Amino acid sequence: MIRTQAVSRAYGDALVVDNVTLDIPAGGVTSIIGPNGAGKSTLLSMVSRLLDMSAGTVTVDGLDVTRTPSDVLARRLSILRQDNHVSARITVRDLVAFGRYPHSKGRLTAQDRHQIDQAIAYLDLGALANRFLDELSGGQRQRAFVAMVLAQDTDYVLLDEPLNNLDMKHAMGMMKLMRQAASELGKTVVLVLHDINFASWYSDYIVAMKHGKVAAQGAGPEMIRPEVLSEIYEMDIKVHEIGGQLISVYYG
Amino acid sequence: MPERSTSPGLSPRQVLITLAALAAVSITAFMVIGAKGSWGFVLPFRGTKVWGIAMVGGAIAVATVLFQTITANRILTPAIMGYDALFRLVRTVQIFFLGGLSYATLNAQLQFAFETVLMVGLSTLLFRWLFNRAARDLYLLVLVGIVFGVLFRSLAGLMQRLINPNDYAVLQDVMFAGFNTIDKSLLTVSTLAILGSGVWVWRLLPALDVLNLGRDNAINLGVAYRSVVSQVLIIIAILVSVSTALVGPVTFFGLLVSNLAYMLIRSHKHALILPAAVLLAIIALIGGQVILERVFGFDSALAIIIEFVGGVVFIAMLLKGNRK
Repeated sequence: MIRTQAVSRAYGDALVVDNVTLDIPAGGVTSIIGPNGAGKSTLLSMVSRLLDMSAGTVTVDGLDVTRTPSDVLARRLSILRQDNHVSARITVRDLVAFGRYPHSKGRLTAQDRHQIDQAIAYLDLGALANRFLDELSGGQRQRAFVAMVLAQDTDYVLLDEPLNNLDMKHAMGMMKLMRQAASELGKTVVLVLHDINFASWYSDYIVAMKHGKVAAQGAGPEMIRPEVLSEIYEMDIKVHEIGGQLISVYYG
Repeated sequence: MPERSTSPGLSPRQVLITLAALAAVSITAFMVIGAKGSWGFVLPFRGTKVWGIAMVGGAIAVATVLFQTITANRILTPAIMGYDALFRLVRTVQIFFLGGLSYATLNAQLQFAFETVLMVGLSTLLFRWLFNRAARDLYLLVLVGIVFGVLFRSLAGLMQRLINPNDYAVLQDVMFAGFNTIDKSLLTVSTLAILGSGVWVWRLLPALDVLNLGRDNAINLGVAYRSVVSQVLIIIAILVSVSTALVGPVTFFGLLVSNLAYMLIRSHKHALILPAAVLLAIIALIGGQVILERVFGFDSALAIIIEFVGGVVFIAMLLKGNRK
């Protein structure tokens, strides 16, 4: 379980994350939704020790993320942020192989290679495996980085807007993959998502943030309701049931 | 340019073998061509020179590649960021406070050790502070580096104007070195420092490769980011101190060899890039020296030519916008 206790982050006078106490259950897919500037990515960065908190503590399976050695945490939790600029020339396969670094420190074993091949196959990157990252489109590069995180094979997988740059087919493929990782491999997947319909369709648990605080949280059906969503996004949102799934409509 | 002979189709291994062969040819040519008189004199005399040049070239090449890895860019070098200006300031301050005579009579090796330690302390402080604030914006980093460089140079310049002419003469003697006037009394201690740094870098190699992915991904993969970056900054400070103490400042040379190495090796692995950059540095300095001095009969113009070519590359890369 990921547990944040009274976590805050301030930039100057502005509180971006404001005293957040939150338990993210182990297992399943949890989505964090909310308007721009709600503090979703900042919270995720603090949970994954990329950013120091101004106050509060975060524990993952009881390990304090700011005190646990980074390489111990790297075998338990992985994080992928949105912008991944790489100036070196790296092939897709080499990038995915970096996912095994926490386990093998650069010396790949046969099992590492197996995991790498599997991750490449999961993300449909077989044909691109030997291409250099700077020769790929934004969406292909995004998938390559997700493959790296999958190869890392951690219990907790944190992805910050993983659907950015992806077309419909690959966005859906990505979400199915995360579902599969949660239900078949028992992983805990935490996503920051902007598309509430993707959140509704694929997550077990939804956390909504607004103004740096947790505005609401609960299982999918409790959260995808017009009154909850309208309050969070400050706009008129209708919810329809289509094929047994709750779909929000907010156009027009 | 000997580098041209390797086509981009070669594997990194073949590139390294070719470069090693070219470096060996350059060194042999430097030792042998145009030798007059007793070999017993010529070989040790030129050998010391080759040794010094190779050490300096290697130090600059490694320092540049490491610096570019931790700043995640391919334009900035320690020299452009004012590292050697800082080193010269450290020297000027010493002469300013000690006076030329006592400075000149100090034990050269002890003094060098002291300067290196000071340099490591100052630059680590400065760049750690800088990285925490500005590392995400390349252009801001360039600007800050240049401003600091100017600051260090101006401070040194001010002190140079305040000291008496005798002290200034001593200062000039230690400041305006070149590849032809390598300070031999420092060669042994420099070699030890450089080899020590080399072993240190060797141990950091896997982590350095991960740093290519940027800070966030490196932390995600369990690299102790702060510790590794601090270590690399210390290594860079040692290497720059050594090379600046031996030959004086060279601004664009590192940029030239690091980018040629990336171009030829086409891999992210430091175990391949670093040797390639070192070999390129040796080829450029020693091979270039042979061609200029022995073939064309020019004297001591190599540094100028290298700086000119490197400067052009720097401007071209800035204009291209560092898109890669």
